[in-house]
Amino acid sequence: MWEHVLTIFIASALINNFVFSRYLGLCIFFGVTKKMETSIGMSFTFTAVMLIGAALNWVIYEYVMIPFHLGFLKIVIFIGVVAAFVQAADTIMKKVTPALYYKLGIYLALIVTNCIILAVPLINAEEHYSLFESMALALGSGLGFSLALIIMASIREKLELADVPKSFQGLPISFVLTGLIALAFLGFSGMITL
Amino acid sequence: MSNEVNYGSIIKNGIFGENPVFRLALSLCPAVAVTSGVKNGFLMGVAVFFVMIMVNATVSLLRKFINPKVRIPSYMFIIATWVTVTDLVMAAYARDVYKQMGLYIMLIVAFAIVLSRAEMFASKNKLLPAIVDGAAMGMGFLLALVLLGIFRELLGKGSLWGYQILGSKPLLIMILPTGGFFAMGLMMGWLNWIDRKFFGGTGGGGGAH
Repeated sequence: MWEHVLTIFIASALINNFVFSRYLGLCIFFGVTKKMETSIGMSFTFTAVMLIGAALNWVIYEYVMIPFHLGFLKIVIFIGVVAAFVQAADTIMKKVTPALYYKLGIYLALIVTNCIILAVPLINAEEHYSLFESMALALGSGLGFSLALIIMASIREKLELADVPKSFQGLPISFVLTGLIALAFLGFSGMITL
Repeated sequence: MSNEVNYGSIIKNGIFGENPVFRLALSLCPAVAVTSGVKNGFLMGVAVFFVMIMVNATVSLLRKFINPKVRIPSYMFIIATWVTVTDLVMAAYARDVYKQMGLYIMLIVAFAIVLSRAEMFASKNKLLPAIVDGAAMGMGFLLALVLLGIFRELLGKGSLWGYQILGSKPLLIMILPTGGFFAMGLMMGWLNWIDRKFFGGTGGGGGAH
């Protein structure tokens, strides 16, 4: 069983990396990677929210939605749970740890309707993962996403100095770059056969 | 906004001026994810088209009843409801396509473009303009996906809508994940170039995010 959990973890972090092979979270990916500092802040917040969100949604899915045959409402319920949780985290952090709030608070507000936060519980529900497997998927995806953000941020800092054709400045060149990194990540695909 | 609503400019705005994918650079995930073939891109575009019209219509009808303080959560639930409808219909009638892109259909709920049109347009306008705006934005999205799909499928598989055309596979890489990013980057750069060359736009350096 632990072997399977480890497989899911590695697969979700590297082989099925959210950005490079599942194409999720691209808005955030291109939005925050202009600066290293914001990328790191975003990575922490995302990984934490993904883990807790996946756990909450797993419990609700397994103990409320399946017994009452509410599976078809999963989109509505998951987005409600994530939004409520993020709002609560926002309020609690403001009261308890103001210092941390001023560092990460702005990212929390951006997270509510983000596709990767929502994708983790949806995949878990689809695959009928156990709690540990769900956690492995959430942690792996979070770390994979952090890795992608940090790689991209470090390249984009160098890109500032490059002479890019005018039509390609900004987003277009970032897309081409992401394609190149994705090509490198393709090399991981032979690592594990699921 | 009184009765003087210019439908022509709304439509033009949705398809060209503020094309969700190429101009606003919103909702990029599915634009890259499902466009390895024209057919998938088209069906995804139709799903978004439908959701945008229905969400805009619902928000516009309910705009007098929704308290401004809770408007964002309300919009989210309206969107989630219509996405669920689309999801179930797709699952019932397009089984094989749904298997490939079911996750992305469900994730329409997190599209910034749907929420932003509800917030910026539908909540301030009457029913008909809201529907037209949703249709124009949805159409802009659909066209962008089909364009990307044609580009990628033709180069990657040498076919269109599953029918073999070129008889060879010139650039297999275009249907791999990598190709999606390349196609998107090239397409955006190309449109920026056209915009600067022929329409005197500022093209390039754009894309706030």
